[in-house]
Order: sequence, then C-alpha cells, then structure tokens
Amino acid sequence: MSFKLLFDISKALLFSRFKQTLVAAIGVTFGITMFITLLSFMNGLNKMLDGLVSNRTPHVRIYNNIKPTVVQPINESAQFKDAYNFISSVKPYNTRKEIYNVNAIMDKLKTDDRVLGVAPKIAAQVFYTLGNVNLNGVINGVDVDAEARLFYFNDYVTTGNYLDLQNTSNSIILGKGVADIILAQIGDVITVTTSTGEQFPLKVVGYFQSGIADYDKVQSYASINTTQKLSGRGKSYISDVQVKLKDINLAPVVAAEYRNIFEADAEDIQTANAQFETGTNVRTIISYAVGITLLIVAGFGIYNILNMLIYEKMDTIAILKATGFAGYDVKRIFISIALTIGICGALAGMVFGFALSNVIDQIPFETAALPTVKTFPVDYNPKYYFIAGTFAIVTTYFAGWFPAQKASKVDPVIIIRGK
Amino acid sequence: MNKNIVLEAKGITKYFNDPVKFEVLKQVNFSINKGEFVSVVGKSGCGKSTLLYILSTMDTDYSGDLLIDGISMKDKSEKELAAVRNEKIGFVFQFHYLLNEFTVLHNVILPALKLNRLQQPVLEEKGIKLLSLLGIEKLSGKMANQLSGGEKQRVAIARAMINDPLIIMGDEPTGNLDSKNSQIVFDIFKELAVEFNQTLLIVTHDDAFAEKTNRIIKMDDGRVV
Repeated sequence: MSFKLLFDISKALLFSRFKQTLVAAIGVTFGITMFITLLSFMNGLNKMLDGLVSNRTPHVRIYNNIKPTVVQPINESAQFKDAYNFISSVKPYNTRKEIYNVNAIMDKLKTDDRVLGVAPKIAAQVFYTLGNVNLNGVINGVDVDAEARLFYFNDYVTTGNYLDLQNTSNSIILGKGVADIILAQIGDVITVTTSTGEQFPLKVVGYFQSGIADYDKVQSYASINTTQKLSGRGKSYISDVQVKLKDINLAPVVAAEYRNIFEADAEDIQTANAQFETGTNVRTIISYAVGITLLIVAGFGIYNILNMLIYEKMDTIAILKATGFAGYDVKRIFISIALTIGICGALAGMVFGFALSNVIDQIPFETAALPTVKTFPVDYNPKYYFIAGTFAIVTTYFAGWFPAQKASKVDPVIIIRGK
Repeated sequence: MNKNIVLEAKGITKYFNDPVKFEVLKQVNFSINKGEFVSVVGKSGCGKSTLLYILSTMDTDYSGDLLIDGISMKDKSEKELAAVRNEKIGFVFQFHYLLNEFTVLHNVILPALKLNRLQQPVLEEKGIKLLSLLGIEKLSGKMANQLSGGEKQRVAIARAMINDPLIIMGDEPTGNLDSKNSQIVFDIFKELAVEFNQTLLIVTHDDAFAEKTNRIIKMDDGRVV
C-alpha cells in the first residue's frame, strides 16, 4: 500500500471524528507540555542548587592532609615480618601544609588534556579583630583571574569589584556575614590576627555572598601574595591546587592518578559532595515519574478514542478488507492514525512547554541566599524535548497498536452478513 | 487444463459449529468459464451466501479446494488472499457499502490505488470513464452518503470493475432496490457480460433476475442441483 493511500484513508477516518481526535491530541499536548515544563523547571532548580556547591568546588583538589603515616616502622622490620603487630595510640605527625614543587605540578597539570584550568589557593586561619572581640575566620588566598574564570568568583562578589583584590595591595573581600558582624564598610581598614599572633591591617574592597550563610560568616578572600605575607611564608607557599576538568565524571579517576604521581592527597568532587548528587537524583526521578504518568494517561485517551473509532467504522474496515486490503494494511491505517495524534499532540506540546517554561523563567525569584538569581531558574535543555517527543510517539504507538490489532482481525464476512 | 475456466470449486464442504455442528455445504463442485453470466439461486438458508464468501476468499474455514485462474487458494496467507481479492475479484453487495468519508470517484478508484499499478491521475480518468458508462459521471465529486440507493449500487459496480477483475461477484445486489433500480442494475450486468465479456457470479433469490442470466446454479440444502 502506497504511503499516499495510507495517508488519505487515515486522514479521512481521522476527520470523520474530528472532535474526539482533537480531544485525544489535546491530552497528549497537555502531557508533553507539563512533562517539558516540569523537567525544565526542576532541572533548572537542581542545577542552581548544585551550582551553589559545585561551581565553587574544584573537581579535583590537591593538598597535603594531616594524617598518621601509612607505613609503621615495625611492619618494615625483618625481625617482625611474620608477626601480626598491634600498635595502639598512633598519632598523626605534623606535615607541612605546603605542596612540594608546586610550580612544577601546576605546569604539568596545565598540559593535561583533560584539565580545563588550574587555580592555586592558600587557606590561612585568622581572627577578625574588633576591639577586644576576636572572630574565627579563614582567609582564602586566590589567584583572582583563575578563580573568576573557573569558579565564577565574580558572580559571588555582590558589592565592590573583584579585580580590586589584585590591584590594591593588602586588600580583602569579606564574607557578607563577617562584614555584618564586624560592621565593616567598603574602604574601611580592618585588623586580622594570624595564627602566629601577628596583627595585620587589610583594606575592605568588597563583600562576598555565597548563598550559604554559615560559610559567609567565616570565609573571606585575599590575593595569593597578601595571604602569603599574612602567613609569613615565601612566594612558593601554596597549600591547595584546585583543578577543574572538562568532564566532571572523570574526577575520581583523575584524582586517583594524581595521588600517585604527585605524592599528595587528591580529592574528587564526587567524594567531597556525595549528598548533593543523591538529592539531584531523587528530584530528577520524581519529575520523570510525574511526567511519564501524564503521558501514559494521555495514551489511554488515545486507546479509548481509537477503540470507539473502530466500532464505529466496522463497515469501513469490512469494505476495505473485501476490496483487497489485508489485515496488515488495516493495522497500519489505525497505527498511523494513532501516530498522527501522537506527533501533532507532541509538537504542540513542545511549543506550549517551551512557552510555559518561558513564563516561569520570567517570574521573579529573589532570595538573599542567591545573589545571582533574579527569576525562577529554567533549564532549556533540548534533551527534555527529545525525551518527551520519543516517549509520546512510543506511548501513542502502543495505545494505537492494540485497537489496530483488533481492527486487523475484523472478519468482513460477519459484518457484511450481519446487515 | 481448460484455459477458459476462471473459477473452480472442488468438493467444497463447510460446517457451522454454532450452536450445533451443521453441514452447510456438502461437496460443492462446479466451474465457471470466462464470460459467463451465472446466477446462484436457492431458498433462504440453503448456503448460497456462505458459498459466495468462500468463493470470494473472505471465508477460509472450509475443506475442499478453490481454484481462481487455475491457482489454488487453499494454502495462501491472509495477505496473499487480500491481494487476490484486490486484483481478480470485484464485489457488489446487497447493501452498497461505500466509504462515506470519501467522494464517489475516490470510492471507485480505492481498490486500484491499493493495487498501485497506475498513477492516480490515470486512475481518476479511468474511474470517470466507468462512471459515465454507468451514466453517473456527474456524481463523481459528491460524497458517498449524498447518493440514493440505486446510485450507490451503480458506484459499487464501478468500483468492482476498476481493476478489470477476472470475475465480479454480487451478493443480492438488487435485494435492497426497487424494481426500477433493479432493472437498471441488471441491465448494467447484462451489458458488461455481453459487451465486455465480463464474467459475473450473482447470488440472488430473485427468480425473475436469475432467469435472465446465461446459467443458473440452483442450490438446495447445501448441494448444487
């Protein structure tokens, strides 16, 4: 049977019950619209929430951890080699926090194809001093350019210009929480006390707001140079190397590799933030489940309408069969009706889904915790449209398959005699 | 084998199993030659319609053998039988059975579109020619449900002829028509038989109709007499 004939017959049958077909198609449209909107919105939120952590977390962090030595001398001794040695009260020893040969390591990392960028970092324990009040704090010494490029540092500097950190010597960007407590204004000079007891004046050039209040009450940022001075260390003192990869999923493998090569600790983002992935997965599963339920309901609508159509068009089916259409042809006709409903419904659903996501995207959503977010986040990933389209076609195919099977089995003799 | 035989029934036997096992057709044997105008008559319930459905390949639940154009229909698949019906058999039913969703012309050429041997414009021309032969070419653009009973039956005849079938079968084609329209339909059949040498097999209980045909197959209680 030629495609055109199939199309003609399907069209004629489809238009003979146009209202019902329209209702079925609207069912699919509604399902697809909600599926796309729900997933776009849910994943927009997911990405935003994950971004809170993952934007600023290196994919692989290289550092020196304080830990007990892995190899105990007694286990190495030839005399006690065959014995099982119990050692109690093992204590860690004080390693240098500084990474050995940091410049060589960074040069090596920059040549690695999997690496998007490398940013050095120093963490210095300090007290923010205000009169006789000392507040616990951490100053992160960062390479401002690399930090902005790889970890969106500039997005989180809500007041002031992040570049002042490297242009003004002895400057600091305070966490918003810290600034509120010590009442520091931009341009003020504050005093910090280092862990060795030295006092150090720093000029406030901006506020930093991460969206996590506890973090902002402790953390502040300064340039690498300032932090080295503040810690009383030389130019080569770097305590952390942050690596951002092109593919985040490679992080555990790469971390393991670096651990061996550089003889330092390397931690991947998946290990550091396992709980975020769990949350994301659960939210994704819920939104898919709801979306798919909607589509299955729409599928039942199509099933009903086709079943009705078949009972109504028994005569037509019988005459088609009597004049030489095989059961297979009849089946194709009904499946193509179902698919037409499905495809038209899905296309309309994609348009409406896009429109509705756009509306959500315009709704204001301002929260103190998220300085960069002004409206509800929506993720316009084409993937959702593709999944919705595929699923709509599969559902309608099966919704059409059973009635079509029934239609193909209609015995023309019974219909023709029955009159 | 005689080249002139278009259809041959060899010992066709059929049972109805519901409500009790009952032999409807008992060893039916006959053959139809090319160009014959045959009518099958008999009392109601003697199995003549049942026989027609078997001969038309729509009913496959029988024993014995059926040869159309010298080819056995016994072991063909549903799809192959559909192709045989499409190409070699034309149908006219008691109740017109046109597709109401289509125009008259589209109804006529539908089996030919299925056969897919000629292009649609050529077929439309052929359909118009057939309709004008039957005197209803002015109806070609109307929807099927706008026609009267006699007109519908004539459209059905045109549809039966579109693929130049080997044989046209009719199941009480005049049963539902008044005497004037019956006469028109009969005249058309007669004209087809005489002028186009078209083979026709018509089941009817209208004796007046049957008497005017070339050959009458009389059935009684499942047997040809």
